[in-house]
Amino acid sequence: MAQLILISAQVQSKSGIPVFQEVTFGVFARIQRGTWGAFRSVRDVWTNYVWLRGARAENETLKRQVAELQVQLQEREALAARSRQLQELLSLQTSTTFPTIAAEVIAGNPNPGMLTITIGRGSADGVQADMAVVAPAGVVGRIVGPPAAHAARVQLLIDRNAAAGALIERTRAGGMVVGADRNPPLSMDLVSNLADVKPGDKVIASGVEGIYPKGFAIGHVESSERGSGLYRAITVRPVVDFSSLEEVLVVLVPPRSATPEDPAPAPAATPGTAK
Amino acid sequence: MKTAAVIAALAVALVLQTTLAGVSLAGSSRVNLVLVAVIYVALAYGPVFGLLAGCAAGLVQDSIAGGMIGIGGLSKTLVGFFVGVLGAQFIVTTPVPRFLMFFGASMFHEVCFQALYALVESRTMRFDVSHAVIQALVNGAVGISAFLLAERGPEMFQRRDSWRRSSSSVRRRY
Repeated sequence: MAQLILISAQVQSKSGIPVFQEVTFGVFARIQRGTWGAFRSVRDVWTNYVWLRGARAENETLKRQVAELQVQLQEREALAARSRQLQELLSLQTSTTFPTIAAEVIAGNPNPGMLTITIGRGSADGVQADMAVVAPAGVVGRIVGPPAAHAARVQLLIDRNAAAGALIERTRAGGMVVGADRNPPLSMDLVSNLADVKPGDKVIASGVEGIYPKGFAIGHVESSERGSGLYRAITVRPVVDFSSLEEVLVVLVPPRSATPEDPAPAPAATPGTAK
Repeated sequence: MKTAAVIAALAVALVLQTTLAGVSLAGSSRVNLVLVAVIYVALAYGPVFGLLAGCAAGLVQDSIAGGMIGIGGLSKTLVGFFVGVLGAQFIVTTPVPRFLMFFGASMFHEVCFQALYALVESRTMRFDVSHAVIQALVNGAVGISAFLLAERGPEMFQRRDSWRRSSSSVRRRY
């Protein structure tokens, strides 16, 4: 009966987080930080000492690869310089660089199937709710709920309650990427049947919801079929490997000012209500 | 003593589950160690302990997970109570009945959890049968392993110690 009352009270509340939840998360984040530290120490001993057999041969191979890559890098730098000159000529705006902070993934979600992670950065580091979280490859998710002092919860983009405004890079067709309980774990909704979308097209964040920085990669179209209604049925393979996230970057831009051209950002999906 | 053991078991299960989820998302979705701990407590100590353990573990799990507080709590409370009652009614002292109990309780928990979320969010119930079956099978395997470890572990340690003592006394004679 007490549980039912508790659930009912939460259903009726429109905003705000229960104190119980906030306190429990804060305390447990500290325990988890310690546990993760111990786990990492054991893993480091294993990977830095036990797994170093054959490191010499690998080192030689890597040195050769580095030399080859340095040559390639110089070629790319020359290309990039030329591209910058062309951009200036065309008066294109260069992409904005956002302030970010690196954060370590210290825990997952205790409810199996609920796709959130806990990172080791919190309000003391300037992290706020609804800030975007990215990886070098692309969009990871967003901060949900009030962060603790040194920890925050991140809802992954592949969670079935997560969503982000998106564009097909090639044709600029707009839509919304949402998490799905299948493989691939993303689908792109609200794209007109008339839009030109092909498998392999790159999907990027449009920034319309005011959370994710515009232009960040989300994934690639895996399949695109004409839907029965107005919209196409599109599945998207994410560029980020969510199964092995160790470090992420939090974009330290409050969500509303992330895209100043959108004065009223759409509300994001309900945080983590899936199991 | 019994209460302390239950609290310790639940805390360890919670920490292990979150650490496992941090290491591997896919791996963590195939086992629910907190639920295993609740079922274990219910089978070992009866319905009252099962109910209280389920309630406490579920509430803490909900509050850390970021979802709606009470859904997991209510599901685990029901699981803890019914497993405790069934455990007292039937003989569940061998691995097969215990495995069946873990399997059935895990499926029951999944149905309760998803149904309550569907009810609260006013939407149709999502129930991935294959995912639920896999998780129930893994929960069952972990559960009976925990029972074996708890029941035969001390015995095995004693045997090893006595074997060491006897072998050292033989060495001393020579």
